[in-house]
Amino acid sequence: MYIPHTAADREAMLRTIGVERLEDLFQDVPAGHRFPDLALPPALTEMEIMAELQDLALSNETARELVCFLGAGAYNHYIPAGVDAILRRGEFYTAYTPYQPEISQGTLQAIFEYQSLIAGLTGMDVCNASHYDGATAVAEAVNMAYHNFRGKRPKVVLSPSLHPSYRETVRTYTRGSDVVLEGDGPEADVAAGPDALIPLLDETTCLVVVQYPDFFGRVYDFTALAEAAHQAGALLAVSANPIALGLLKPPGDFGADIVTGEGQPLGIPLSYGGPYLGLFATRTEYVRKMAGRLVGETIDNRGQRAYVLTLTAREQHIRRERATSNICTNQGLMALASTVYLSLLGRAGLRKVAELNYQKAHYAARGIASVPGFELWSEQLFFNEFVVRCPIPAAEVNEKLLEHDILGGYDLGQDFPGMEDYLLVAVTEMITREDIDTLVETLEEVTHG
Amino acid sequence: MAEHLMCELSVPGRVGVRFPDPDVPTTPLPEGMLRDDLPMPEMAEIDVIRYFTRLSQLNHSIDTGFYPLGSCTMKYNPKVNEEAARLPGFAFVHPLQPIETAQGALALMHQLQEWLKEIGGFAGVSLQPAAGAHGELTGVLIIRAYHRSRGEKQRTKILIPDSAHGTNPATSAMSGMQVVELRSDPRGNIDLEALRAECDETLAGLMLTNPNTLGLFDENVEEVVRRVHEAGGLVYGDGANMNALLGIVRPGDLGLDVLHYNLHKTFSTPHGGGGPGSGPVGVAAHLVDFLPDPVVGILEEGDEEDPPLYGLVHPSHTIGRVKAFHGHFGMFVRAYTYIRVHGPEGLRAISEYAVLNANYLLARLRDTYHLPYDRVCMHEFVLEGRWPEAPEIHALDIAKRLMDYRFHPPTNYFPLIVHEALMIEPTETENKETLDAFADAMIKIAEEAHTDPEVLKSAPHETPYGRMDEVRAAKALVLCCVADYAQKEPVEMEVGDREKTSSPTQPL
Repeated sequence: MYIPHTAADREAMLRTIGVERLEDLFQDVPAGHRFPDLALPPALTEMEIMAELQDLALSNETARELVCFLGAGAYNHYIPAGVDAILRRGEFYTAYTPYQPEISQGTLQAIFEYQSLIAGLTGMDVCNASHYDGATAVAEAVNMAYHNFRGKRPKVVLSPSLHPSYRETVRTYTRGSDVVLEGDGPEADVAAGPDALIPLLDETTCLVVVQYPDFFGRVYDFTALAEAAHQAGALLAVSANPIALGLLKPPGDFGADIVTGEGQPLGIPLSYGGPYLGLFATRTEYVRKMAGRLVGETIDNRGQRAYVLTLTAREQHIRRERATSNICTNQGLMALASTVYLSLLGRAGLRKVAELNYQKAHYAARGIASVPGFELWSEQLFFNEFVVRCPIPAAEVNEKLLEHDILGGYDLGQDFPGMEDYLLVAVTEMITREDIDTLVETLEEVTHG
Repeated sequence: MAEHLMCELSVPGRVGVRFPDPDVPTTPLPEGMLRDDLPMPEMAEIDVIRYFTRLSQLNHSIDTGFYPLGSCTMKYNPKVNEEAARLPGFAFVHPLQPIETAQGALALMHQLQEWLKEIGGFAGVSLQPAAGAHGELTGVLIIRAYHRSRGEKQRTKILIPDSAHGTNPATSAMSGMQVVELRSDPRGNIDLEALRAECDETLAGLMLTNPNTLGLFDENVEEVVRRVHEAGGLVYGDGANMNALLGIVRPGDLGLDVLHYNLHKTFSTPHGGGGPGSGPVGVAAHLVDFLPDPVVGILEEGDEEDPPLYGLVHPSHTIGRVKAFHGHFGMFVRAYTYIRVHGPEGLRAISEYAVLNANYLLARLRDTYHLPYDRVCMHEFVLEGRWPEAPEIHALDIAKRLMDYRFHPPTNYFPLIVHEALMIEPTETENKETLDAFADAMIKIAEEAHTDPEVLKSAPHETPYGRMDEVRAAKALVLCCVADYAQKEPVEMEVGDREKTSSPTQPL
């Protein structure tokens, strides 16, 4: 327990207040419901709770003991020790949102660095201080585009190869609005590239959303799609993997108007799905339409360069029901993690990690494709993730791999009817050549042995 | 002592962390798809660590001082929580692993769902929402889906008291609802007459913050809930102020239909300088089927020998997913730890002492600062930061002057229904000496306001930075460092050099 009061403190304070007992402070609470007995287990000491948690933690298998080929939106990357050393500074993690800039310059300047790094990485002009994750960042892009045209262009075209959970999140977010979602229905051809979306663009379209690399790992040039979108008067949003951007052209080069992404690969642990980091960057002309917090540069009354939250009039605490988003708390500490990660890796390190992912994934793809019965689903360029067709259901492959301490890929049959034999395989820098060779041998064994 | 930016500190050729060379035969890179430049800093590890450590020292934080921010519940964040969340068995579990390999994580989530149900008096809980506002969105979408499932599409009106957080109206608008503001009565309760006038067949629900942002428990809460229910509406509870209610009253027992919890307020998960939060949503029995997809459930019951098999289950009328994966699991570990080390008596003590601390500060300050609603408060209270005899002094000046006494200011200018509001929430983790020192500072500042107003107007004086030119920030809109990291000359680190304001950044 973390309450410092002694009995003497309590009595003295009650006397100052002018009541006799703590219970006297709760007279406004309906008597019939006051002080319920909570059916919760009795308190543990710190030593005991750590033992209990250690037991729970040990009953999980993790991407550190297993060889992890699972990605699908969350990736097992190496996190340099320096990242957590900074995150564990109490001055960072026990601070609130920097509403008082005179005593929050640490957080504010760090966010400014984050905005700079992400804008540069994505090829955009500006970046906000974060959204909850890659999925809600896409939902906010939809929200922004819809409001950009004041609701007069209700159609949003979603690529069928955008992460299924992101598409579902967009559906949830737009339930109460007039937004019409097209492009990812059951009739959509997931094998087709982004240009297949062009015929869906028209004068009612506000936004088209694609993923880079897409959910299946494929890398496409979006220049034609961007041109078609702009021709139709619509915007293009690209949900990008930030590690891939260490090597590949940034979406800004293709003409993207909004770049979102899941920032988890940038130094954030898998942690069973969160907290992660929603990246959101755009072009200067949309900065006032963008939701979320923004840090801007200024000077203080002593002439020092300093940082403040700016353009706050866009946000819920000022605009209330006229705000375009209700976002308040975001992922501040996760944004800091990604900032420290990118700073530690730097220009050379990020490029190297990206190349390692690319090289190992290609070696693995060749190896798997050499196993009789396995073949690559697509010939399209990929980065660190690819789809293989298996001779038996993917679920069975995964089950057998797990017996060999290998965490297999993502079973695409879970989201795409008809793709029960397809496995989405991710390979990061954490995977060694030996791991890949073992995977290939094991696949041979389990399917033909 | 302004700090340099990384684009000024970066020196071409420097490397922080190294990675091994590829151990596989190489594949040609896709020439046509490679980026030409990668605008990233080049710094040695020591320079990165020193830079961010120095930045951290410019922050006020709970670990370094009192943080009485109203409605933010800046309580101590126990260190054991941080250890717990970083156990490798939690930190390195992939969210899409087969459930059989993640039973520890799922068991923890299931247990937390059960405990939050018990603490709030609800029948179901979703852990998925990422923050308070995200929980609100989830809750209002559930209310919307509930009415539509009953064929009552016309129920689109959401009532929001004038004291509510800005997220409430923003959430309602985002959910396609119409917002109607409800005034407060002279005692700070919801005005029952105003409520009666809005109770019709278009009513979807009421968003209730109780205790409200004045720190007052609504004396008519049962009547308010009854009237909304009689009109066919549902009651949403904003759990931002739940720190007053643990073991004191369960919102579900008062008839609330939906409520979001803020794990980052009530259950001590750190605020992180603006997140991550975590905003689980609790619902009454009639709304369980509408929860976001998925929730953690028991797939196979256990027995004396074996634990149950936990897995993900899909509510039948779900509003859908509100984010990818399962929510902020790292925050669940911390909140689980926190609830477990308190037990039922400990949780009640949290709220009792949070309310004791608030009333103690109120008692010490009420003769110096005007108290617009004179009642026993809950975990926070609101004073006016103005005096007729010191007309030039505003709440902002008091807030800034407090920094010179090494205190973080209270929330100011909120709630909107109090002029020059100073909203003070001490939390239960502060000792009497800290509260006394804060009260002494507030009283001293009130005195200064009358005798030496300039010292307030020009405050803060003792902080590393002074008041900011916010207009300049909004006009210039310098939102990132546009300089190319690689093209910068190394900066001379001479004494006095840090004072300079010349910048590689440019207005947009």
